[in-house]
Amino acid sequence: MSEPVLSVRDLRVWYGTARGSVRAVDEVSFDLSAGETLGLVGESGCGKSTLGRGIVGLLPEGAAADGTVSFDGRNLVGLPTAELRDLRGPELGMIFQEPMTRLDPLMRIEDHFLEMLETHEPGLSRDEMKRRSMETLGGMGIPPTRFRHYPHEFSGGMRQRIMIALALVLRPKVVVCDEPTTALDVIVEAQILGILQDLKRNFDTALLLITHNLGIVAEACDRVAVMYAGQIVEEGPARRVFDTPAHPYTRELLRSIISLGTEGLQYIPGAPPDLIDPPAGCHFHPRCPDAMRVCASNDPVAVTKAIDHRVRCWLSGPHNLVPAGEDEPLATREFAKADEA
Amino acid sequence: MTQPPAAEPLLEVRDLRTHFSLRGSFGQRLVGRESGSVKAVDGVSFELRRGEVLGLVGESGSGKTTLGRTVLGLAEPTSGSIRFEGQELVGRRERELRPLRKRMQMVFQDPHASLNPAMDLLTAVGHPLIVHGVVKRVRDTVPMVTNALETVGLSPVEQFLPKYPGDLSGGQKQRAMLARAIIMNPDLLVADEPVSMLDMSVRAKILELMLELKSEFELTYLYITHDLATAKFFCDTIAIMYLGRIVEYGPTETIFRDPKHPYTVALLGAVPDPDSSEGLPTDPPRGEVPDAAEPPLGCSFHPRCPRAFERCGWDSRDLKDRLEARWAGMPESQFERERAVIGDIEALESPSQAAIIPAGKGHSGSEVSALLDEMRKADPAEPTWSGIESTSVEPGGLRVRFRPPVEPRLGSRDGVDVACLLYGESEPPGQDRLDSDRSV
Repeated sequence: MSEPVLSVRDLRVWYGTARGSVRAVDEVSFDLSAGETLGLVGESGCGKSTLGRGIVGLLPEGAAADGTVSFDGRNLVGLPTAELRDLRGPELGMIFQEPMTRLDPLMRIEDHFLEMLETHEPGLSRDEMKRRSMETLGGMGIPPTRFRHYPHEFSGGMRQRIMIALALVLRPKVVVCDEPTTALDVIVEAQILGILQDLKRNFDTALLLITHNLGIVAEACDRVAVMYAGQIVEEGPARRVFDTPAHPYTRELLRSIISLGTEGLQYIPGAPPDLIDPPAGCHFHPRCPDAMRVCASNDPVAVTKAIDHRVRCWLSGPHNLVPAGEDEPLATREFAKADEA
Repeated sequence: MTQPPAAEPLLEVRDLRTHFSLRGSFGQRLVGRESGSVKAVDGVSFELRRGEVLGLVGESGSGKTTLGRTVLGLAEPTSGSIRFEGQELVGRRERELRPLRKRMQMVFQDPHASLNPAMDLLTAVGHPLIVHGVVKRVRDTVPMVTNALETVGLSPVEQFLPKYPGDLSGGQKQRAMLARAIIMNPDLLVADEPVSMLDMSVRAKILELMLELKSEFELTYLYITHDLATAKFFCDTIAIMYLGRIVEYGPTETIFRDPKHPYTVALLGAVPDPDSSEGLPTDPPRGEVPDAAEPPLGCSFHPRCPRAFERCGWDSRDLKDRLEARWAGMPESQFERERAVIGDIEALESPSQAAIIPAGKGHSGSEVSALLDEMRKADPAEPTWSGIESTSVEPGGLRVRFRPPVEPRLGSRDGVDVACLLYGESEPPGQDRLDSDRSV
C-alpha cells in the first residue's frame, strides 16, 4: 500500500439543534491512497455527506469538528478559513449531486473556468488558461464548440461533466464526490462513472465517492466504508466486504437491496436511530438479529479482520473484552409496524 | 363488444397522444404563431387486466409520467382512446369523469410534496371522502381513516391521526399516501415512482405493503418507474418507453431474460448491480435522451444505438454530433484547422435529409468532403456513415443526402412486441398478441 494522500483519524462532527446536539460523524477514521476510489455508503441521515463536507472544510454554520484530517502534512481540522480556501480547488476537489445549482446561470462555461484558474493559478497566461480548460472539457467529452455556451444550454449529464471538468482543471489530488450521479439517468450514470474511473487511472486522483447506491460501490469502487448512525461500521476491499460482510448491518443492508437478482423482499426491522440520542453500545443493536448482551451496553471497538478489512462489531471481537456471559443473545424487541419506515 | 366480460381489460389505451404546444418567443406569440409541440406521449397502446401489474419503465423524458397522468385525466390527451371498464374517458367532461376518478387513484414520487404540511393525517387521508361527498364533516371520516391507516401499518392509529407530515419519516409519509389512495376503495392505482425517493432498506417495506394492498383490495397497478430492478420484481408486464413511445412491451420474465430492443439491452446493462464482480459497463450508449421538441427522425434511439444501421433515420444533426465528438479532446491547433473548414455548424442543427455542410470562409466544399472522408477513415464502424446516400460538392459547401428514415413500429417477436428495424419493419403492431388472452 502506498502512503495515503488523505488520512482521517477520530473525526467527529456535531451540530446544535433546538433538541440537543446531533453527533453526525462520530469518531470516523480511514485512509485514502492516490489512484484509489473509496465508496462511502449509507442510508440518508447516516452522516456520509456531513463527513464529506467535514473533510473539505465546508461544514454549515453552527457545526463543530474535532479529530484530524491529515493532508499534505497538515491537519485540515481547525485550519484557518483562508488557508483552507487556498487548498480547496487546487488540492481538494468537490463534486456535488445537482450540477445546475453549482453553475452560475449567467456565466458562460468559459468564464467559469477562467474565474477558477485566475483565482487559483494567477500566473497563467489567458491563452494557457483557455488551452487547459478546453483540454479538460474535451477529456469529459464536451466539444470546444460549446465552450462559450451557458449552463442552461447543456443537458443534465453534460452539466455534470462540466462540473467534473471544473473540479479537475486544477488537478487536485483528492476529489470528494457527493452522489455525483444520483440526479442522472442510468445510462448517463454509467457514462459518468466511467469518466471517474478514467480519472484515477490517468491522473492518479484519489476519489471519495459518497453514495447510497451499493451497486455503484460494487462496480466503481476499490474499497468501501459502510456508515451507520455517524460511524463507519465496516471498511475493506469492496468485493470482499460484499461477498463476506462482517458486520450484520452490512449483511442486512445488502440483503434488503432490490437488485435484478432479487426474488423475495427482505428488510431490516426498525428504523435508523435519532442521532441526538443514539442507543447505547452499538448503535445498530436494537435492529441487529445477532445482537448480544454486550452490544447494548459497551461501545464496539474496531477490529481488523484481515489486513485491510476492519469492522466495528462485538461478534468479531476482541473477545477478551466481552465480559463473561455477555455474549448471550440479547432479548429481541418487537418493532411497531409504523417504525418500519 | 362480443367478448365475455371476464376477458375485458380494466384499462385499455389505444394510440394515445399527449402533445404540449410550445409557446415560442414573445414575438411569435404576439403574431399568434405556435412554434411546434413536445410529443410527450406519442401513439401509445397497452392494456391492463384486472389484477395485473404493468410497469411503464423509462428514463426522464420518456413520457411515462405524462402517460400516467393522462390516464387519470390529469393531463389532457391530444388524441387516442382510454377505456376504463369499456367506458371511453377521452372527451368526457370533468363532471362526468369524477365518479370514475374514485376508482382510479394515484401515488406520487415525492411524499413530502404530496402531503399538505398544514394538514394532519386525519384531514389529509380523509380528504378524498369529503371531496367525493362520501361524508360531509372531517369527524365523520374517523372510522374509515382509522381503518386505512391500520391497513398501511401506521398504528397505533390514534397516535398518527393528529400528526403532521413534518413529524413523519419518508416511509411513513409514503404509507400515508397509500392510505389516502386506498380509502376510496379504488380498482386502479397509478403509482409514479412510489419508492424512488426512499432509502434502499425502506423500499422493500413499501413494495411489500403495495403487494399486500393489491391482494387485499384486488388492485390493479400501473407502476411507473425508471428503476428496472423494482420493476422486474414487482411487475407482470413491462412496457419500456423512450421519448414518448413504447419500444418494447411484453411479459416481464421474457423481457428480462431476452431483451430485444437495443435500448432495453443498454438499460439493463447500465443498472449498477451489487452482485456484480465485473465492474462498470464497458460501453454504455453515447449521448443522452434527446430534446422531445425535435426528436430524431426514424427511430428516436438511433443516435445512441450501438446497433443502428442505414435506415434508422440519420440526418444533419447526427453529422453535427460526429463533428463535435471528434473535436472534443483534439489538440487545439488541429481543432482550429478543422473548425475553419466548416462554416456555421449550427446550420446542421435543424434536421434535414439533404443538408449542406457549409464551408468556412476561404474554404471549399471539396475540403469539407476531404474532412468527412478523414472522419470515415478514422472510425469506419460508425453507423452514421451508412445513413449517407450521396454527397456532392456545391459552391457553398458539401451537400449530404441521407437515406429516407423508416419509422419502426411495434411488432411481435418471440412473445414480446418490439419497435426496432432489426426485427423487421413491415409487420403490423402486435394486435394479435394484444387481443389474445395473455393471463396465465
